[in-house]
Amino acid sequence: MCVTCGCGEGEVKIDGVAGHAHEHVHEDGNQHSHPHPHDHGHDHSHDQGDLHSHAPGVGQTRRVQIEQDILAKNNAYAQANRDKLAERGVFALNLVSSPGAGKTTLLCKTIDLLGSASVAVIEGDQQTSQDADRIRATGAPAIQINTGKGCHLDAHMVGHALQQLQLADGGLLMIENVGNLVCPAAFDLGEANKVVILSVTEGEDKPIKYPDMFRAASLMLLNKVDLLPHLSYDVDAAIAFARRVNPAIRVIQVSATSGQGMDEWLTYLRAGMARTAAARQQTLAVLKARVAALEAQLQQAKA
Amino acid sequence: MHEMSLAEGVLQVSEDAAQRDRFSKVTAVWLEIGQLAGVEPQAMAFCFDAVTRGSVAEGARLEIVATPGVGWCMACAKSVPMNEVFGECPDCGGYQLQVTGGTELRVKELEVA
Repeated sequence: MCVTCGCGEGEVKIDGVAGHAHEHVHEDGNQHSHPHPHDHGHDHSHDQGDLHSHAPGVGQTRRVQIEQDILAKNNAYAQANRDKLAERGVFALNLVSSPGAGKTTLLCKTIDLLGSASVAVIEGDQQTSQDADRIRATGAPAIQINTGKGCHLDAHMVGHALQQLQLADGGLLMIENVGNLVCPAAFDLGEANKVVILSVTEGEDKPIKYPDMFRAASLMLLNKVDLLPHLSYDVDAAIAFARRVNPAIRVIQVSATSGQGMDEWLTYLRAGMARTAAARQQTLAVLKARVAALEAQLQQAKA
Repeated sequence: MHEMSLAEGVLQVSEDAAQRDRFSKVTAVWLEIGQLAGVEPQAMAFCFDAVTRGSVAEGARLEIVATPGVGWCMACAKSVPMNEVFGECPDCGGYQLQVTGGTELRVKELEVA
């Protein structure tokens, strides 16, 4: 267990190093001292006397009100990641799919087209650094997280990876989650959006078979569309299934191999990066204005 | 899904509470699980037993409080019950539903000694 964070991911490795073998300071240092949002407006109307059962072998028992989200800890780490990314003006996406949908190939192609200087990648897999090696070959910085027995990335692992990753201000961070359409849906990593990748070699009905993921994502990339002539895949049906689970989901049809649809995908990415960078500029402008106002106040006080 | 991680989360909450409220044993846990939260109560109970072994919550009774799934039907402009996240509106049969309730995953209460 990590002493600082109290987490139990004993087998997690970040770039081959056990996740917690190094010193780390959490920016969210508070969360160990008050992890329980306890102030609820409602009245706890428990009559202690009545509710206490006396189980055999156990002495006096009492009830403790908790009212805490099970994922609260993860969500606190995710917020810390989100704040850190906003500070740098980095647009972050959490890429999720089943294994073999073509996440890494699509990523490599995206980096080629967008330029490796503005993209950084966090790779999640149970084992090996194969994917991070493929990304590094494009020239973009990449950190590999091995989850060991874990089936998904969580915000805490990503926070550690962020400490090691070279992020360009105003750039793009792609977090390639473990290939799994189930668990990663529940874990916020601090990303702006989840992007689910479905390839046309899978079933059209995957969105309703794995609805949580398609509900959590705001964009679906329908990948490998260059193979459509060889398949009996019904694109409209796949999109209809996705919209049944998530009426608001946006869909882009792409092929990393032929390049089809990549323009639209890049436009989406550039728009997200521009929006995030603009938000940062605005924050900086507000801060500068505040500093200027304080300095003026100071001058006035001195005079 | 990922019931093992969630069970670890429940244990974490229990251990934090034990330290904070100074108790040494958890005898029961009330867990609120929404019908649309994607969590299988049986798997949760199994994992809970496994992760709590040797902890403050070893042998604790797990009480799962299921909360019903609710969605907002855009076509009918009202709240309707939902049994699955990909479910249809029971009135109009449409799929323009936004989930509004039933995704809870909360530790509500502990019985401690």
